[in-house]
Amino acid sequence: MCSYIVEKTALVGSAKGRKGWMRIDTANVYFDHPYHSTLDHVLAIDFTNEGEGGRDRVAIELSADSARALVTRILAALQSGEAAHAGPVSADAVTV
Amino acid sequence: MSYYRALQAEPVTFRGHNGDQGEAYYARPLVSGKYPGIVVIHHLPGWDEWIMEVVRKLAHHGYAAISPHLYFREGTESPDDLGARVRAAGGVADAQIMGDVAGAMAFLRAQSNATGKIGVIGFCSGGRHAYLAACTLPGIDAAVDCWGGNVIVDNPKDLNEKRPVAPIDLSEKLSCPLLGIFGNDDANPTADQVNRTEAVLKRLGKNYEFHRYNGAGHAFFNTARDAYRPEQALDGWKKVFAFFARHLAAAPSRIAAE
Repeated sequence: MCSYIVEKTALVGSAKGRKGWMRIDTANVYFDHPYHSTLDHVLAIDFTNEGEGGRDRVAIELSADSARALVTRILAALQSGEAAHAGPVSADAVTV
Repeated sequence: MSYYRALQAEPVTFRGHNGDQGEAYYARPLVSGKYPGIVVIHHLPGWDEWIMEVVRKLAHHGYAAISPHLYFREGTESPDDLGARVRAAGGVADAQIMGDVAGAMAFLRAQSNATGKIGVIGFCSGGRHAYLAACTLPGIDAAVDCWGGNVIVDNPKDLNEKRPVAPIDLSEKLSCPLLGIFGNDDANPTADQVNRTEAVLKRLGKNYEFHRYNGAGHAFFNTARDAYRPEQALDGWKKVFAFFARHLAAAPSRIAAE
């Protein structure tokens, strides 16, 4: 359905788009008809920088199942990564 | 069924709501003659390749068709980026879209090829806009709503400044014949909502024709989607062309039926 329902979240990060890397401050998340995918509905995320006018975006369109799988992998990566980085810092890591 | 194989199709400028100048896609038979006009209202994701195919398909069948880019005010980037921006802003106000549809109708009427008859057709959110246009704009001779969602608004909280009135509540003002094309597996509009819309039109004594398709959901005409259902879509297009021929009186064919 064409729902106009958008979940918006502020964030801190960077994304690589048509013009190369850019800082992003917002993600607009919705589950609706896609523009590019052939699926009936997709979980779409538009990463933008509203502070700079929001005219550029990095867009993804995912199936519902793959979006859910991605959420769990993001959380798993955060958990394992934060646990690893909270441990002793190696000499190699310091020199990088 | 008759066909016009030689077409002219191109982006044009038109004046929409508030006189704003924007871009539209316009196609008509190349051979000089008089043709009924049809405004094609695109769906929320944007002014995409499929909607331009629809414009050319209508021209192929003997109509001068135009699809206004409803997001032209947002800039000149690709239509999908503009669509994303519009979505993030909560969509476009119904009043602005009605102004743009009226502007596209005026464009068609101003062409030397115009018969003066005008139809509208819309898909998805554009189907809802076609319903709205048929209830609010003067001078429409036939309207086609293809699976327009939110014609019925069950939760008043879904009404807002941009979409202040549920189209169903304007049905009394429906001023032209209406064709509705729906998939029974659609989630918006549901089969129940389609039935309720039909009940209102019937009670009001309106000139309408609804067709429902089993094994089809939302957007089943759309060849760019997994939702495409060729059999149902072929029959649906036949219904659309028969309806427009009846109410807009398409120009005599240049090429014999195939």
